[in-house]
Amino acid sequence: MQKSAMINNEIIRKRLAKRYAKERRFRLYGVASITISIAFLLTLLVNISLNGLPAFQQTYINLEVNLDEDILGVTSSSNDKEFLQGNYSKAIKSSLKTLFPNVKGRKNNKALKQLVSSSATYQIRDFVMDNPNMIGTTQSFWFLAKDDIDVFIKGGIDRSLPETDRRIKDLQLIWIDQLLFDQRLEKRFNFTFFTQSDSREPEQAGIKGAVVGSLLVMLVTMLLSFPIGVLAAVYLEEFAPQNNKWVDMIEININNLAAVPSIVFGLLGLAVFIGLFGVPRSVPLVGGLVLTLMTLPTIIITTRAALKAVPYSIREAALALGASRVQMAFHHVVPAAMPGILTGTIIGMAQALGETAPLLMIGMVAFVANVPQGIADPSTVLPVQIYLWSDSPERAFIERTYAAIMVLIGFLVMMNFIAVIMRRIFEKKF
Amino acid sequence: MKNKVKYVAAAFGSVAIMTVSTSAMSVVRSYIDVVGSSTVYPFATVVAETYGKKTRRKTPKIESTGSGGGMKLFCSGRGINTPDITNASRRIKYSEFKKCQKNGVKDIVEVKIGYDGIAIANSKQAPVFDLTRRSLFLALAKQVPSGNKGVLIDNPYLNWNDINSKLPNTRIEVLGPPPTSGTRDAFAELALEGGCKTFDWIKQLRTKAKQLKKAGDKIGAARLKNRYKNICHSVREDGAYIEAGENDNLIVAKLVANPKALGIFGFSFLEQNSDKVQGAIIDGVKVNFDAISYGSYPVSRPLYFYVKKSHVGKVPGIKAFIAEFTSEDAWGKEGYLTDKGLIPLSDKERYKVWKSANNLTPLELKSE
Repeated sequence: MQKSAMINNEIIRKRLAKRYAKERRFRLYGVASITISIAFLLTLLVNISLNGLPAFQQTYINLEVNLDEDILGVTSSSNDKEFLQGNYSKAIKSSLKTLFPNVKGRKNNKALKQLVSSSATYQIRDFVMDNPNMIGTTQSFWFLAKDDIDVFIKGGIDRSLPETDRRIKDLQLIWIDQLLFDQRLEKRFNFTFFTQSDSREPEQAGIKGAVVGSLLVMLVTMLLSFPIGVLAAVYLEEFAPQNNKWVDMIEININNLAAVPSIVFGLLGLAVFIGLFGVPRSVPLVGGLVLTLMTLPTIIITTRAALKAVPYSIREAALALGASRVQMAFHHVVPAAMPGILTGTIIGMAQALGETAPLLMIGMVAFVANVPQGIADPSTVLPVQIYLWSDSPERAFIERTYAAIMVLIGFLVMMNFIAVIMRRIFEKKF
Repeated sequence: MKNKVKYVAAAFGSVAIMTVSTSAMSVVRSYIDVVGSSTVYPFATVVAETYGKKTRRKTPKIESTGSGGGMKLFCSGRGINTPDITNASRRIKYSEFKKCQKNGVKDIVEVKIGYDGIAIANSKQAPVFDLTRRSLFLALAKQVPSGNKGVLIDNPYLNWNDINSKLPNTRIEVLGPPPTSGTRDAFAELALEGGCKTFDWIKQLRTKAKQLKKAGDKIGAARLKNRYKNICHSVREDGAYIEAGENDNLIVAKLVANPKALGIFGFSFLEQNSDKVQGAIIDGVKVNFDAISYGSYPVSRPLYFYVKKSHVGKVPGIKAFIAEFTSEDAWGKEGYLTDKGLIPLSDKERYKVWKSANNLTPLELKSE
């Protein structure tokens, strides 16, 4: 008797030890998988930041420019058309020439002119047009440095390499060294990156157009998908007849739609909105319409889940006190489900914000240098801008690509943060 | 809560109004709409930007759709919703021209803008490759001719020195663009077909096809032509040719990581990364600006854009845009397009194209 109990004890102890070991192992697996995901995330973020941070600084060159009538070819009484045709690059050339008088030869002179970005010409033109009375004086300007100079100053080009292997030649090194010595070369915060739109010159390129485009697309998407999605969900959950095969079929289809690859929505948008309704290509309106199709299933599904989570007693109480079904739904059930609805909507919008594939089909993968003024202007969006820059040959675009990724991630984090706050504000305990 | 319902209704209304107002707006367009080749994209965008800044008008919108996709959109009709200009990294095909005519796009102005070189390059840490088009074909074709005439065998070459004992004793490993890319088409046509043609019996397939066509045997001609194309344009799929995606920057990064590999990409990427990668010598010619411009470098192709004449005057600025593109400042020997890697046309050809472009002389194409 005692012996058998002892054997039993032994077995139980062994089993217990095994179970404890199993539990410890499971915890270990959990910790390990979390560590691995955090490590991946950190590598990604650190890699992006390291590559992108240099883009927030930009090299500027200081030049004294003589705004002489004879050089510019305009006078203070010129009209706008004459101003547009003025020879401003000549003024820059002569200003550089006074700094480096010994430069000879066409090729070297061209290289000298390319110390400063091509935007310098327009900077002078705009200054002269705004201040015609300054013609004839000498003004000090800070110009954007050309992308190669900028990359060199940030340490992207190794000066110990043989000259043929460098984008910056020996002569340019001498000029840069002198400019640095004269304190005419300076790294400053890169405002251009936030105030300008896309450009083919890296030093002039910015994300403003893409950010505005993204916001316009999001606006259209939200104004359409939120009301449609919520109303559809409320109807399906609160008003639609139960156990009806039509309702079941719609439900299955909505669930399937949520899993459809996004490029399919792009093709649909191309055929329907552009082909059938004649909406112009590449505008935020058509982008928003396509992304609405994509986010609708997400919003409907999450809204229905949120409505389902509202206790049935609330509905019964409202109905018992004489509320109509619409009153019951919109005065009691929907407000109670609001945190879930908003979370779902924001997550759907965040998904739409990062989308490029469907936009490819409707022409939003495009070079757009103007900031869109409305939903009918051509525009692009942030992820598309990232894609376009990553595909550009100029090396200075690499850091800008990463910087744009940082901005996009910033927006996504912000949206998720808003979702958390919304949930806190609207949360109700039953 | 009633306010919420009102708000929803208001939102609906405003979107409806926006939709109506934009469809009214689409009747006129204040910016030039450009589509087409991803190879021409970097050049067209610089011109567009300069045009916008110089004239203070709206900068043209440029979509990168690929040459074929651009033609399809361009030829889809005359309406103001269709693009005004399409870029192409090859000449318009007769079939595309025909389709344009059928859809009412009667007058098309062709503008040849310059050349683009395709570089075959490797890492600077390895010695320069000295290749011929024939050895490139033998290294990358799916099937290669064996000793006997007319017999093809699956590509047996593993190392470069299997093809030619002077080449290095390393595995054949070439990173290049996928079949959807225009660069790949051009590479197949210029480099592979160029090497393929050095085998007499393969070259004869095409001459025979032409003879058959003249004799009226269309089916026979097409069969031979297809066989010729199949032999010359098929790329091996056993891992020696690695599809590295459309992103040329990625190929450059992979070459740096793997000094034994060769990569295929646009010349402008070679120029920008001259500290990391070096171009191979093809048929005795080292790839550089002058070699492509003089036409001695064999793997280069002409670039074009096409203008819909009926839109000139309807969409503002098309003439000014053509003028900017064909100005010496842009496409000339010292122009800003050469800084971006475009190889200019000869002076004579430039003048000829400039004249026909600015006079908007419509293109005439006869069947192939």
